[in-house]
Amino acid sequence: MSDFTSNFWPIFIAVITLLGIFGCALLLWLTSKVKVPNADNDNTSGHVWDGDLREMNNPLPRWWVWLFVITIIFSLVYLVVYPGLGNYKGKLGWTEIKQYEQEIESANKALKPLYAKFAGMPVAKLAVDAEAKAIGERLFMNNCSQCHGSDARGSLGFPNLTDHDWLHGGSPEKIKETITNGRIGMMPPMAAMVGNADDVKNVANYVLSLSGSMYDSGRAGLGKAKFVACAACHGPEGKGNQDIGAPNLTDNIWLHGAGEAAIIKRIYEGKINQMPAQAAKLTPEQIQVLAAYVWGLSNKPSK
Amino acid sequence: MQYLNTQSTTYNDTVVRQFSIMAVVWGVVGMLVGVIIAAQLVWPELNLGLPWTSFGRLRPLHTNAVIFAFGGSTLFATSYYVVQRTCHVSLFCNKLASFTFWGWQAVIVAAAISLPLGYTTGKEYAELEWPIDILIALVWVAYAVVFFGTIGTRKVKHIYVANWFFGAFILAVALLHIVNSAEVPVSFMKSYSAYAGVQDAMVQWWYGHNAVGFFLTAGFLGIMYYFVPKQAERPVYSYSLSIVHFWALIFTYMWAGPHHLHYTALPDWTQSLGMIFSLILLAPSWGGMINGMMTMSGAWHKLRTDPILRFMIVSLSFYGMSTFEGPMMAIKTVNSLSHYTDWTIGHVHSGALGWVGLVSMGSLYYMVPRLFGQKQMHSMKAIELHFWLATIGIVLYISSLWISGVMEGLMWRAINADGTLTYTFVESVKAKHPYYLIRLLGGTLYLSGMIIMLWNVLKTATSGKPALASIPSVAAQA
Repeated sequence: MSDFTSNFWPIFIAVITLLGIFGCALLLWLTSKVKVPNADNDNTSGHVWDGDLREMNNPLPRWWVWLFVITIIFSLVYLVVYPGLGNYKGKLGWTEIKQYEQEIESANKALKPLYAKFAGMPVAKLAVDAEAKAIGERLFMNNCSQCHGSDARGSLGFPNLTDHDWLHGGSPEKIKETITNGRIGMMPPMAAMVGNADDVKNVANYVLSLSGSMYDSGRAGLGKAKFVACAACHGPEGKGNQDIGAPNLTDNIWLHGAGEAAIIKRIYEGKINQMPAQAAKLTPEQIQVLAAYVWGLSNKPSK
Repeated sequence: MQYLNTQSTTYNDTVVRQFSIMAVVWGVVGMLVGVIIAAQLVWPELNLGLPWTSFGRLRPLHTNAVIFAFGGSTLFATSYYVVQRTCHVSLFCNKLASFTFWGWQAVIVAAAISLPLGYTTGKEYAELEWPIDILIALVWVAYAVVFFGTIGTRKVKHIYVANWFFGAFILAVALLHIVNSAEVPVSFMKSYSAYAGVQDAMVQWWYGHNAVGFFLTAGFLGIMYYFVPKQAERPVYSYSLSIVHFWALIFTYMWAGPHHLHYTALPDWTQSLGMIFSLILLAPSWGGMINGMMTMSGAWHKLRTDPILRFMIVSLSFYGMSTFEGPMMAIKTVNSLSHYTDWTIGHVHSGALGWVGLVSMGSLYYMVPRLFGQKQMHSMKAIELHFWLATIGIVLYISSLWISGVMEGLMWRAINADGTLTYTFVESVKAKHPYYLIRLLGGTLYLSGMIIMLWNVLKTATSGKPALASIPSVAAQA
């Protein structure tokens, strides 16, 4: 896409830029030529303000003039080599996008041999390989810890990766899929399906009863029938469904907050939660190593 | 047609006195807030867990207070003082001059209330919301009328160089403020910028860098051109140098903004132009430093005995240093290391504390005794002490941020053989902790000097009384 809306602007930019630079040079040249009249022969301009303010006629310091000239010459050379004068691309054809792409390409090339040996290794083996584990941990710290925490135990809204509670499945293939493409978890607002405010509160208490949390048994009994609306995703027993990312409600792990109030809020508002895809940031080999590290967090080698 | 001000036989120094006192008061306030947020960076709990005292709200309060309240009041005071004395005429329209004082103080108070409450446009150095923006514009137009009215009714033929710089500063700031603050109000105290995306960013940094170039440079060069030759009792070094560096400076600054947006969505050509004009800016900037420094020739010995002159000369040294550092940091290769690090904050403060702060203090020390009919400041020893506190404070401040800035820049780009970052972000934050402590110490020293100045100024003012300065009868030579 062009940076300009018409052909006028790039020409305008180029012209005023060059006029500006040459204007500086001209100003410098003319002023160094001008002889200031020396009225009183005291090397001042003869003007006096406020009693004693005067100005001398000393010439421009030579070294300073050269400093000015050098920056002007440098700038003109720079504008020949690099983009600057409107649409003119510069002799090098440099752009910041190209520089970025080249840096990424050469970095990936340099990384290839290192990761090549991991590409074919199964995840279970990678998870106990000391070198792969160290790299996996660094990849995790760089790319995952911002949300899941340095200890991978997550926080409100960000899943704990060290337990066995998986929203989308904890097999090595599923973890790789999650890292590569990201995930979007979505629960629609369900209050209207459940019934009135009382029904919502009852269902919430029923949900609490599933995991043995504190609940009102009377309300839970009444709510059981209304749970049908939830069962479509969370299953008739509330054990969730990893194919659609529906959380297990029976394990007393609460991604978006525990307790009656938090559950009622979810029923009314629903929730959309997203993990961004990493495919554009990491190579497939890096994702393999990272997936093994994450898998290893909850699958300790049995000895 | 005869203008009223041309008949006055004395200068209007009332408004100068008002602005001078408030400059010192706001200096203490603004620097105190700076010290508080520097302490918050060392001990985050000091934000007290309250929204009103959080770093994000106090930081713009600090910048607005030191730039516009302290710097602004100093500029009003000095420009009114200088323009009258170099035009040999009283201020044009005293009522408007008085309006600029009360209007500007109202702006400052509105800022001090609205920023902690969380009202902000989110534009750096232009955070104030639209009703305050309108008041700023009104005050500024009045300022322009007073200043250029005084120039227009001058009784000497030639316009003194200090007034070129003050004039350029007033015109450019009007232009910058009005263009960058173009916004669509949606309610009282809430507006959206008239620009979007990268254009918005470009307009913002065109404004942002020229706020430095015109508010904090051209204006203060105006101060320098009057008070340095006055205090040194020497003529300005070179008239030709004044001409070249003035025109080159005001032309070139206007182009330098894009260097704040290197390696962003800003088009490549715009970044290149920002970089080369920042480099060209080196010589025009140094022109001002040379002209000030060389004015001292034949008077260097005065530095031994005159602490006020020392403020001015050390100020010029910091000006030279930060205007060398600036163009270097505008070079893309350097910028890719320095950008987003503490180095930038160190650079700004070498200009702000070193150049702007010291020259302001020096000129206020020159003016205050004269404004209150005193021979000199209440305590010259206190000025001496202030000088050393400020200088040591600046050195601690900028050297600690150089180290922490370069260090974090290097930590961010350090990469392991496997392509991962060597350090997580939080490790770089942790590594900066000791340098933040040194910076806090530097800032505290600088603030304590300012508090001494406030005491000294109040003592001088209360032991004297407002002096009437009479206008010398027409000076024919100029």
